[in-house]
Amino acid sequence: MKLARVLAVALIAAVGSAGGQAVHPVRIAHAAAPAERAPKMPRFRWENYTTANGLPDNHVFSVLVDGDRIWAGTNNGLAEYANGRWKVYTTADGLAHRAVLSLALDKKTGAVWAGTMGGLSRISAGRIDTYTQLNSGLSNDVVYGVSVEGDNVWVATAAGACRLNTRTGEWSLYNERNTPMIEIWAYGVSAAADKVYYAVWGSGLLEYTQKTHAWDMYSDPDGETEIVLLKDQGLIHEITSSVSYVDGIVWVSTYFGDSRYDGRYWHNFLTKDSGLPSNFTNFVKGVDRNRAWFCTDKGLAYYDGIHWAVYRPALDTHKPEMTVRDAAGHVTAIPVTTAPAHNYVLGIDFQGQDVWVATAEGLSHGIYQPY
Amino acid sequence: MRFAVRSARGLRRFAELAAVCVVSLGLAALGHPGITVAAQPEPTPEERYASPLELLLSPDGRELYVLCQGADEVRVLEAASGHVVRIIPVGHEPRGFSFSPDGKRLLAANSWDDTVTVADTNTGRVLATWPAGYEPSSVVEDRAGKSLFVADRIGNDVTVLDAVTGAVRATLEAGRGTSYLTVSGSRMYATHVYPNPGPHRTAPMSEITVIDAVRAQVVDRMMLPGIAGTFHVALSRDGRLGVAAELHPKNLVPLAHVEHGWAFVDTLTVFGVDVGKPVEVPLDEIDRYFAMPFGVAIAPDKSRIFVTSAGSECVTAIDTNRMLAFIRAHREPFAEDLSASAHYVVARIPVGKNPRGVAMSRDGARLYVANHLDDTISVIDTRTLRVVQTLRLSGPAKVSPLRRGEQIFYSSHSFQGQFGCSNCHIDSTFDGMQWDLEPDGFGRDIVDNRLIEDLRGTEPFKWNGGNPTLAQECGIRTEMYFWRTQNYDDLRLADLVLYIRSLPSRPNRWLASDGVLTPAQQRGREVFYRTTDKLGQPIPPENRCSTCHSGPKGTDQKSFDVGTGKATDNTGLLDTPQLRNIALTAPYLHDGSAATLEEIWTVYNPHDRHGRTNDLTKDELNDLIEYLRTQ
Repeated sequence: MKLARVLAVALIAAVGSAGGQAVHPVRIAHAAAPAERAPKMPRFRWENYTTANGLPDNHVFSVLVDGDRIWAGTNNGLAEYANGRWKVYTTADGLAHRAVLSLALDKKTGAVWAGTMGGLSRISAGRIDTYTQLNSGLSNDVVYGVSVEGDNVWVATAAGACRLNTRTGEWSLYNERNTPMIEIWAYGVSAAADKVYYAVWGSGLLEYTQKTHAWDMYSDPDGETEIVLLKDQGLIHEITSSVSYVDGIVWVSTYFGDSRYDGRYWHNFLTKDSGLPSNFTNFVKGVDRNRAWFCTDKGLAYYDGIHWAVYRPALDTHKPEMTVRDAAGHVTAIPVTTAPAHNYVLGIDFQGQDVWVATAEGLSHGIYQPY
Repeated sequence: MRFAVRSARGLRRFAELAAVCVVSLGLAALGHPGITVAAQPEPTPEERYASPLELLLSPDGRELYVLCQGADEVRVLEAASGHVVRIIPVGHEPRGFSFSPDGKRLLAANSWDDTVTVADTNTGRVLATWPAGYEPSSVVEDRAGKSLFVADRIGNDVTVLDAVTGAVRATLEAGRGTSYLTVSGSRMYATHVYPNPGPHRTAPMSEITVIDAVRAQVVDRMMLPGIAGTFHVALSRDGRLGVAAELHPKNLVPLAHVEHGWAFVDTLTVFGVDVGKPVEVPLDEIDRYFAMPFGVAIAPDKSRIFVTSAGSECVTAIDTNRMLAFIRAHREPFAEDLSASAHYVVARIPVGKNPRGVAMSRDGARLYVANHLDDTISVIDTRTLRVVQTLRLSGPAKVSPLRRGEQIFYSSHSFQGQFGCSNCHIDSTFDGMQWDLEPDGFGRDIVDNRLIEDLRGTEPFKWNGGNPTLAQECGIRTEMYFWRTQNYDDLRLADLVLYIRSLPSRPNRWLASDGVLTPAQQRGREVFYRTTDKLGQPIPPENRCSTCHSGPKGTDQKSFDVGTGKATDNTGLLDTPQLRNIALTAPYLHDGSAATLEEIWTVYNPHDRHGRTNDLTKDELNDLIEYLRTQ
């Protein structure tokens, strides 16, 4: 386990320190099939935002869409894009820390919750309230993930999971003392009325059932290995990076491949037998039971239940690239003139048919292009 | 989860009777041998003071609805004669009410029941009683009749209810002490009686929370720098002019400078299209103050603004055009320029005791004023700016000692009438601020304000435990340091003490109605009462939570040094504070340096002198706090 973590951290460091340049070209077998015969996957015109046009920092960790308003969690503050202008919130405004790792929207109130490297902040109509491990019941100031469900805010921190009941102000902490969690480095969280899922680095997938208040844990059936001996038998690896629970389906990412779980059956996605451009996935977000987006270190991938599409600057030439993989595994290059800002992708959210994508070199707006 | 409302009416009644007994025995027992009190019976429960707080005029102007907080009812009067037409029972301690847009329903916010009463205005029949947030203080319905918005003072939020079913649709984070709501078009404006939490020893900041009533979401926060408490806000009929009544304290300098005008300014914040950006203007004069501005009304043609001064028994009339001209001609800030009011105040109209809510006739000719503490309604002719009629509400004919004490508490009797008890103890609570009370130099002996409910058995008073009785706390010491003038004879002081001692503890919202603790609260209770630490070592009695915070109020009434003293303190020993409703009273410690309960131990207890806590995990500290919040 420790070795795996060290390797993964080393890999993050290597990729993250590459200064925005993809250094590991991936071999894609381009078929000769013309683009018009490829499955019709979503096409986008990409507009990219960087410090050159208002973003406070190019390193964007997280993105959130709230109607016409876009929130970008960057390495140097929280940026709000509305009416064509950026507004930036910093620690001077009360933000817990400059590095904003995660974002969640309370759809009932319109408040935005920001998980940072220094605590949890709520932004509501311009006012920022901050919760830290010193001034509140928050378990740790390093907040990797946040999710809102009803009156509860569920938080993934470097010292376990916790829940804030915004009505009563009660904090409940979940860690190795009251859950099956072995490691307590909680990386991602996705909460719904029936279940709450945590991606825990080293402890796989944690499941909380709201009705019974019971916790369960899903581990890698292969044990602590990076080899998938038993495909589709469970989680690919216990180092999980993100989870998304939509329509009763769990989409969970690791740095060694991704999975879909319907409550009974697991399905694994690996580069060797899917359209995933890399097994190293930072973030996954499900659209519904069948569709999901995967944010990897080698591009943004979309899965519609059968086919795959990948959007990125080409790993070798850095020219805009879109590829589509059909059910038979044939990969077709689709001519495009724009691409996301970088292939190291950290987050995504949806705005109708458009997508907004957080990358290591800027925020990208994928404007849907109808066929 | 429903929370306990421990028969608040019974508690208050018991407290009143007990207080009378104490007074009957003579206040010598309170350590003030000079005080004697004439035995005078309190009203029976059937003879409760009406204590009118808010007013509404029916759309046709014929009926005046009076929210009688003391009687837990709404009395409907003929506006012309004052005759009672019908009485609508509501919940306990109602604090605000309004009509539905069609005028068919009356909505009342019951602050101690955590409910909203919905009644038929034609029949007076109660149609529904719906749960809301913690301490509902006002309720309004949106123009479309889709949602009710309820301001929750303790919840610091606005609960949005379905207007048909009463189901909770959302809870909107507002400011601290959310209390009054006003609707104008599609916008809802919420004001707050306490300042928002802020850095220690900085000027307070309140806000007006602006809600989009259609989306039921907060869309703006009008920040009010320097403002501690905001009361009613009124919007002109065209929605272009807004006026909020507010308190502007000067808590960063010693209160001993009252004679230099350094305690409070009573102001208005004026905002809207007619003004431009929000502007704060004073109501006071250089040598005369108009304390505790509360109710606001704007004439239909916007020519006049009327503001009640709850502590000064008057209504101020303002010429709007002159005020706007003054604002345009002068550069801000002028909130503390007390010569300013001469430019726009046109009258100070004397009314009854503790004037609060107002209602203006549709044509703007009459202004009705609820005199909360003498059970009358003043009717003002807005043309002549005189009281032309006083409507008396039925109730006890005599003014009891308890009632006199309440009147004293809510009147501003300091030098030049700057302020009174209720300036810092808003509605007999606290103000969420820290004060420099003593004349010992700037920044010395800073003290946090405390809740004053259920004080029996918590003596001595002051953070240094220097005042053994309430009579001493409220009497000569207050006169010397606060009022800077002699205020009381023995009888008045006895009445005031009687009132303060009668204040019951409000319902605890964190304790279940059956008193059963949640698992987290139960675990916290075990931490509170533990005698050994997690290493198995005995905890010395003086270092256990339950030693100093013992007894029914959570205090052993002794003073200790728990390591939280500051270099600026004049004493090392601090009175053990009671724990009742401690969840409400942030910040904490004697000087308010701990912003939250957590900080008492995560920041200010590095050497375990304030209880053995550094062996606790974060979960266990959270449990302890959950238990403390049930006290």
